[in-house]
Amino acid sequence: MEELVRVEHIYKNYHTVKGETQVVRDLSLSVCDGEFLSIIGPSGCGKTTVLSLIAGLIETSGGKILLDQKEVKGYSESVAYMLQRDYLFEWRTIEENIMLGLQVRKKCTKERRQKALGLLEKYGLGDFAKYYPQQLSGGMRQKVALIRTLAVDPELLLLDEPFSSLDYQTRLALSDEIAQIIRTEKKTAVLVTHDIAEAISMSDRVLMLSPRPTAVKTQVKIEFDDMDASPIHKRQDAKFRSYFDFLWKELAVHVE
Amino acid sequence: MSNKEKRTYSNEHEAFLKTIKSRKRRVAIIRIGLLVALFGMWELSAELGWIDPFIMSSPSRIVNTIGSLYSSGELFMHIGVTLWETIAGFFLGTVIGIAAAIGLWWSPLVAKTLDPYLVVLNSLPKIALGPVIIIWVGAGEGAIITMALLISVIVTVMSMLNGFLEISDEKIMLMRTFGATRLQILRMVILPASVPTMISTLKINVGMTWVGVIVGEYLVSKAGLGYLIVYGGQVFKLDLVMASILILAVVAALMYLAVSYAEKKYSRK
Repeated sequence: MEELVRVEHIYKNYHTVKGETQVVRDLSLSVCDGEFLSIIGPSGCGKTTVLSLIAGLIETSGGKILLDQKEVKGYSESVAYMLQRDYLFEWRTIEENIMLGLQVRKKCTKERRQKALGLLEKYGLGDFAKYYPQQLSGGMRQKVALIRTLAVDPELLLLDEPFSSLDYQTRLALSDEIAQIIRTEKKTAVLVTHDIAEAISMSDRVLMLSPRPTAVKTQVKIEFDDMDASPIHKRQDAKFRSYFDFLWKELAVHVE
Repeated sequence: MSNKEKRTYSNEHEAFLKTIKSRKRRVAIIRIGLLVALFGMWELSAELGWIDPFIMSSPSRIVNTIGSLYSSGELFMHIGVTLWETIAGFFLGTVIGIAAAIGLWWSPLVAKTLDPYLVVLNSLPKIALGPVIIIWVGAGEGAIITMALLISVIVTVMSMLNGFLEISDEKIMLMRTFGATRLQILRMVILPASVPTMISTLKINVGMTWVGVIVGEYLVSKAGLGYLIVYGGQVFKLDLVMASILILAVVAALMYLAVSYAEKKYSRK
């Protein structure tokens, strides 16, 4: 498999008047084309920072990020980012909301619109195109947010704890569905989560970060007999348990 | 069908609806009663000589005054002058205020720099600028509109800017994930998300502008409701003062209702 993203020895410091905090220290990783990578780590370790760096939303303090073998400085059109919450605009209908990215990028052609609407239709939200976000449930809204992200047809999809604002049942159902959507659309995805089970059941590889200043602590290739099985099914697989135990021990969470 | 549905209401619910309805009716009746009683007492007291109608005026004298203003053709001229000044001041204050707020949002550095100036300008009673305005703009309609504008513009700037800054950073972050420019963020997030703030600012502005216009007319005018009030006071014609205040109250309330109506219409979408 070809490499899509390559992160080489990046550093990131945050500055405030009170001082400087090193958040990322010498972190390297790579993501293959078509791969689903999950990033987990202790809370506050800088997972979101790593994702924002890859997305080009913030600048690195050192190191290189390559996309398709080209170094990216700042923002790139082949990357799309899905935030923790949907942030659908309440003054726009669902249809207008999913066109947001296309409008911003001035790519709102008829063909692209049709494609975006097609996604809405395909994933069961076609009837809600003319609705306003307030009229949809949390899970549906998050699905709309994913479609909004997919509408710009990115090569790389970055997901920042996209299920964290949902209740447990919705979370399970939606992660199932979103994993399916991402596989169907053949997207490369990087998911940041604090949920080990979610990471194992959705991805091809799980990467664990160390506490701040963060770097890669360990990584595990996830290999189920049937990789196309839904996350819910994978959770019942015997291998799931052993991956979970391994990652749990590595994470070494202590509540003080 | 609807009758059938109605019948499915339980007795308890019927009773509940009835209570609500009768309470609403009672409030309306008392409201009108209060007005009638107040004006009735006023008229009666003047009629019976309990109060001096020369100083206190009376409803019948007010009606007569309005009648004679109407027949001389002055009534609508004065209302028209004041209304024009108010609408012009309101419009200018709102447009300039929103434009300035957008400018300050655009450049946080400028906003930060100008912040203390805005605070001072906001706390300064704009009426104190009256003489300056008259000398700079000239004693006329221009000065009145400027006064109205000054009174509403600073409040508009501050409340609109606050509204802009309250919009969640995450919505802006979302725009940035798509690579939005600042202009796109303004157009697609800040302005549409600020419509409720804008409407509440407009509502405050209506009141502010009226204050500015009446004060302005006190200072310089030769026509308008504020002029009539001051003139009436100077020549001790309390009937004219009271009549003008009454007309002013009605016109200002109508304008406020118009803005509220626009708000309802917009928010219903």
